[in-house]
Amino acid sequence: MGNVLEVSNLATYFETRAGTVKAVDGVSFAVGRGEVLGLVGESGSGKSVTGCAIMGLVDPPGRIVSGSIKLGGKELVGLDDQGMRAIRGKEISMIFQDPMMTLNPVLRIDTQMIEAIDAHEKTSKKAALARAQQALEKVGIPAAADRLKAYPHQFSGGMRQRVAIAIALLNNPSLIIADEPTTALDVTIQSQILAKMQELCADSGTALIWITHDLTVVAGLAHRVAVMYAGRLVETGFVDDVLDHPLHPYTRGLLRSLPSEGIPGQPLEQIPGMTPSLGRLPPGCAFAPRCRNATEICHRSSPEGTVFPNQRLARCHHPLDSVAQPVGLTER
Amino acid sequence: MSSSPGQSLSTASTQGPVSARVETPFQRFAAAFLEDRVAVAGLALLAFIILLSLIAPWITPQNPYDLTRVDLLDSRMPPGSQTMEGFTAWLGTDGVGRDLYSGILYGLRISLVVGVVSGLIAATLGMSIGLISAYVGGKLDTFIMRLVDLQLSLPSILVALILVAALGKGVDKIIIALIVVQWAYYARTVRGTALVERNKEYVDAARALGLSKSRIIFRHILPNCLAPVIVVLTVQTAHAISLEATLSFLGVGLPQTEPSLGVLIANGFQYMLSDRYWISFFPGVALLLTIVAINLVGDRIRDVLNPRLEK
Repeated sequence: MGNVLEVSNLATYFETRAGTVKAVDGVSFAVGRGEVLGLVGESGSGKSVTGCAIMGLVDPPGRIVSGSIKLGGKELVGLDDQGMRAIRGKEISMIFQDPMMTLNPVLRIDTQMIEAIDAHEKTSKKAALARAQQALEKVGIPAAADRLKAYPHQFSGGMRQRVAIAIALLNNPSLIIADEPTTALDVTIQSQILAKMQELCADSGTALIWITHDLTVVAGLAHRVAVMYAGRLVETGFVDDVLDHPLHPYTRGLLRSLPSEGIPGQPLEQIPGMTPSLGRLPPGCAFAPRCRNATEICHRSSPEGTVFPNQRLARCHHPLDSVAQPVGLTER
Repeated sequence: MSSSPGQSLSTASTQGPVSARVETPFQRFAAAFLEDRVAVAGLALLAFIILLSLIAPWITPQNPYDLTRVDLLDSRMPPGSQTMEGFTAWLGTDGVGRDLYSGILYGLRISLVVGVVSGLIAATLGMSIGLISAYVGGKLDTFIMRLVDLQLSLPSILVALILVAALGKGVDKIIIALIVVQWAYYARTVRGTALVERNKEYVDAARALGLSKSRIIFRHILPNCLAPVIVVLTVQTAHAISLEATLSFLGVGLPQTEPSLGVLIANGFQYMLSDRYWISFFPGVALLLTIVAINLVGDRIRDVLNPRLEK
């Protein structure tokens, strides 16, 4: 099973007046066919920028400084605008956070769907319309033929997100990047959408990168999880391993701040402090100022990625689980 | 005013079925527009004026452009007189014997054509410039907007006067002058709206679908910027008509052989103090009614399309 997407050492910097902001700094991961990768992190940890970088949608002053993004073996970094446009929406689709905002309010659903097909292949309007209707049916929209003629304001939030998913599925992409697609929805709708996405990706073998800050969503949906902090991956591994036995103190902090992990009546444990400004990162481990286990070395040098059994990786001088023995070092 | 509570109650009760039935944004807009009686009256008046100007050749006794039909002996006759040509001049005749009723309808045609054509071309031009300015941004945006500042800082009548003086007389020349005077309003309006629109998520979504730049600009961003443009278009059309009348009145607009409303008013101006009021008065009333009608419609459109003025 080859990987659909391989990202290695991706670095995306934003040149601002205040200095260089390293939004993504040396991120590597891979997603296989039909696999769901949960990309987790706080606001400002660089998870959305990673998604945009894969799509080639990083706007100036941001740019991809180094690293490689390979889609099915094809290098995307350095591809010109024309080449990137052929891939966007065709090979990789994206689903955005707020379904109220991602559909154009003045265009009918069918117009927007046909346009998405038209951008990538020449088909008759009738064939495109049939495919659009099929896609709507696939995501569970009742009376799809009628709903095609509706405007976005005539849909509820959950229905709009279904439409957005249908549009993402139109060209049978090999990868879908979902940027917090359920954050704006209420919990019952959220679980419906999650179940639908899981089912659709399993059926079609589409790989899925699910960007979120919600660990409970990841627990139910993803096969593997990658935790981001301050532009770096601090821990990756299979969902059960990472969530049950976190190696990085940051991952543990995230898990402990979940209400379900707390003791009723007791205040929730939180990670002290704030995410550091990406423009002025501390010299050592970026998490050290907020870390309870931090020692002198943490403040001095940035930890390298350490490989643990069962394809796990953590970037910490003092990994938490003493049972897991490091099996080697990765690059850097 | 006593009917206002009942009115608001009835609109509230019909809200449900109306919003369920009403389909396209245009239908919603039309329904909201028709709620205001003054605006409907303005629209009716405007439609009437446009209709009159369209069918002018069939309902007027004289073609004022055809000099063989104009008799100098008929000049300066008061309203209701019998002319040498054998028809009654209900609004009187002007200094060279043209029937004023005919002259006004033909003049309306020219005034409306000048106003609407210059408005539409200026809107198209200004919108394209404004959209590109907003979408591309950076130095191009700065350059275009300083150009707009420059254009807007000069009084429009002055710019138009200079242009018409340089280009010469004629309908096409005056339309060019009016476009030059007006495009900047559209460019600025559209740029402001487009700057807001282009940062909305649907633009990112369109980019993520692999759509081309021109498609995103003109098919996705443009329709969302149209509301303020329509408002500016109505206001500017009225402005263009009055500007054309002003230029013609000053003698640099349209030639005497193709009298617009401004030319007719100018013709009568010299007789104003000699009791022959009608030569300027009736064309003036026609101009006034046209501009009031357009402004009434424009005001209502502005109210309906402005999300901040929601009742």
